[in-house]
Amino acid sequence: MTNPTPGLLDRPTVRFAARRLTRFAVSLWVLVTASFLMLHLIPGDPIRAALGMNASQDLVNQRRQALGLDDPLLLQYWDYLKGLFTGDLHTSLSSQLPVAQIIGERLPATLELAVAAFALAIVVAVPLGAVMGVITRNGRARRAELVFTTAGVIVGAIPEFVLCVVLVWILGVQLQWLPVAGKTGFASFVLPVVALAVGPAAILSRILRVEMVAVVGADYVRTARAKRLPAFAVYAKHALPNALTSTLTLGGLLLGTMVAGTVLVENVFAWPGLGSTIVSSILGKDYPVVQGVVLVYGVGVLAVNLLVDVALALLDPRSTIREA
Amino acid sequence: MARGSRWSAAMRTPIGVCAGTVLLVVLVLAVLGPIVWSSRASQADVAAMLQGPSSDHWAGTDNLGRDIAARVLVATRLSIELALLATAITVTAGLVLGAAGVLVGRRVARAVSAGVNIAVAFPALLLALFFAVIFGVGAQGGVLAIGLAGAPAFARLTQTLVAGIEQRDFVAAARIAGIGRVRVLVRHILPNIAEALVVNAAIGAGGALLAFAGLSFLGLGVQAPDYDWGRLLGEGLAGIYDQPIAALAPAVAVIIAGLALNLFGEALAKGFGLTTPRLKMGRPTPPPVHGAPAADGAVLDVADLVVTLPGPIQPVRGIDFSVGRGESVGIVGESGSGKSTTALAVARLLAEPARVEATRLSFLGNDLLTGSDRTHRRLLGTGLGVVFQDPMTSLNPTRRVGGQLAEVARQHDGLSRRSALALAVEKLRAVRVPAAERRARQYPHEFSGGMRQRAMIGMGLMGRPALIVADEPTTALDVTVQRQVLDLLGSIQREDGVALLLISHDVAVVQQVCDRVLVMYAGRIVEELPAAELAVGARHPYTRALMAAAPDMDTDRDQPLACIPGRAPGPEELPEGCAFAPRCSRASDVCRQEDPPLESDGPGRRTACWHPVIAPSIVDMETAGQGHE
Repeated sequence: MTNPTPGLLDRPTVRFAARRLTRFAVSLWVLVTASFLMLHLIPGDPIRAALGMNASQDLVNQRRQALGLDDPLLLQYWDYLKGLFTGDLHTSLSSQLPVAQIIGERLPATLELAVAAFALAIVVAVPLGAVMGVITRNGRARRAELVFTTAGVIVGAIPEFVLCVVLVWILGVQLQWLPVAGKTGFASFVLPVVALAVGPAAILSRILRVEMVAVVGADYVRTARAKRLPAFAVYAKHALPNALTSTLTLGGLLLGTMVAGTVLVENVFAWPGLGSTIVSSILGKDYPVVQGVVLVYGVGVLAVNLLVDVALALLDPRSTIREA
Repeated sequence: MARGSRWSAAMRTPIGVCAGTVLLVVLVLAVLGPIVWSSRASQADVAAMLQGPSSDHWAGTDNLGRDIAARVLVATRLSIELALLATAITVTAGLVLGAAGVLVGRRVARAVSAGVNIAVAFPALLLALFFAVIFGVGAQGGVLAIGLAGAPAFARLTQTLVAGIEQRDFVAAARIAGIGRVRVLVRHILPNIAEALVVNAAIGAGGALLAFAGLSFLGLGVQAPDYDWGRLLGEGLAGIYDQPIAALAPAVAVIIAGLALNLFGEALAKGFGLTTPRLKMGRPTPPPVHGAPAADGAVLDVADLVVTLPGPIQPVRGIDFSVGRGESVGIVGESGSGKSTTALAVARLLAEPARVEATRLSFLGNDLLTGSDRTHRRLLGTGLGVVFQDPMTSLNPTRRVGGQLAEVARQHDGLSRRSALALAVEKLRAVRVPAAERRARQYPHEFSGGMRQRAMIGMGLMGRPALIVADEPTTALDVTVQRQVLDLLGSIQREDGVALLLISHDVAVVQQVCDRVLVMYAGRIVEELPAAELAVGARHPYTRALMAAAPDMDTDRDQPLACIPGRAPGPEELPEGCAFAPRCSRASDVCRQEDPPLESDGPGRRTACWHPVIAPSIVDMETAGQGHE
């Protein structure tokens, strides 16, 4: 169409999409700028620190030049942005490999881990929270509610790396059922994925139960009952989508933390992903690599948030107009 | 005083007691740990490497022969210290950023708020790694990193809390009085949000403890020779095959301390918002009313309907009535009279914990009291339409209107998606929703209130309804729209022969639409009469008072509006005898002692009153007394 419909921008979905994309873009810009500035905020000469006291001044100068650290700050910023668009993220100070290549090699393992844990957390939390919500509706089954909530609080408060240690000891060392290090096949996924998913699943299911209880008491659920739909249809088709939307709003941030959680879990299981890379790079002061990996993590989190917003808009069309 | 008692209330809950006690123990250990066990923890004993638990070393020894238990206990201080320091940074930075709106100009504050909103989207661990790079590896860098990483979330919380208080009059008054910004914040705003801040700081301290343990675990936090739980955990993991307890002991310590802080915060939060709803004991059931004979060919036939709620209280105390084919029956009464509960009970929509009992409850000749919901599903799904009070909340916001109507036909008549939707559009058209085809594809929030209510009525028409139960269908609507909805219900009843059970607090509405009226008071029917006789023929003083209180076109507008003195008793505070007696000018001793039975006193009429108003021609304004608004 040559002539856009008048008032296209007035449509809630379009305005919603525009607002969310703007927020994504601004956040992205802040992230890129922060990762650029990181190198410059380090006190002293980061290259000297990275190469050590014994490195020759020539080598330090050479590396500084390669990174363009002696150029004016704005020019460096410009070069950094240009590099991002051409996929040039500088080279590692220690291995001399391009950072983009390192990320390319390491990212898939981290993605597989994160996506699997994501899926597991949701597959466990949604049915569990929904069923518990139905069981404990209208203040029924108070004892079940208490047990579930208490267990949820305790399990949700155990950090993933501590859980890792316990899982490694029980399933890896004592029972020797599962490998405890490396990425060797399906079995090697079990422990890291479980360790990563348990906490968020506990918290998500707790939130969902509370939302479900509230939604089951809503007028429109009574309407669904007045239509004499089978109980399953009432809960699954009328209550759950509404409970999920409010859960997603709160749970979206939680999914973001899972991206960061991979860092710890990868280090426990010697997982060949970005999490191992960033820690060894921070310890080795390999700043270009750190910069690149931080950027990838940040983009990952932003992408998850955007996905949550999209899911929300699909599940509950009102969310596109609710906030101004 | 009030605040103090709420603190102690928080600490009296079982979780509060547990968490508080554990937290106290952890804090004592943090103080005493290094003093008592320091030498034991650092004493290497090559002869006693990697030993299991013994009387000497009750958690065994590590790879240098040092006592593991002592090391975990000593590490308490550093772990707690670092967590508290980081929390202090979080709270300070968060408060400054969050209160920016009070402290600085609007433009700067808006920029700060935008920055906080972006930063808060990133997980704290990621921010901590970012800051750890800048501040360097080590305990000091870690404290700064974790402290600042928590700041955005705390700032956001502060922002929300401050915004709530800032609108209050006393803050505006303080500003007008010329009090400085910092003083307004410290003297007027912070004290009012202190509780929420403390709760979140406690929970935040738990988070900081875990985060620091994570950082040390990765080797980015505390560096040798110092050690905290995180470092012990990391080293223990490396040797987990040789000495698992070296990893498990600090793991347990981290979990306990983290949980204690977390639950302490939660207990405080719960204590501050304590509510204890309690239901009062009700009066026992009145003498059972004799069941009226079953009405022939009735759509709905109810005898001795009693609804009991936990307490126990009885919002409906034994009523019987029937609705004939194509008849329209109204139930009027004040709020709390049990009329809506009656409607939901006969529609089998009251869920537990409400209990519905009756000697007879039949719909189209089918006994609804026997058999499960499943057996009646199709009968009720197609034969009984229900319209609720609030159309704004009675339609599912996440589903298209057409689909919500079509569902009925798909479920009960096995129609395909397409033909069910076509039927839904047809029914929307029948209830005069304009552009029905387009509207069917819209969501409820795109409908106006009146249109939603018509869609609800259309939903009731999807089957082949013999009865529509409408519970205050116009109460939530504008006056002009009310009229349209009532006309619609009336025309469906007349033209399609659908019986109507209309519940309303508004006598005028019932008078306009219904053939027959049931007047309810305090869970009982006090009078049944033809709608045409409402104006002059009512015999129960309550009905007469209701009519007198309803203004019409002839009401003298120079006089105050009539009203019924006192208020209707709730089901938990019923008096002895007739429930209306305390408000009734005709009440005598017998009224205050014995509840009058509902007895037939003419064709199509029943009255429950010891002193009914017999002379129909006299409009006795004095009967129920008159009050002033």
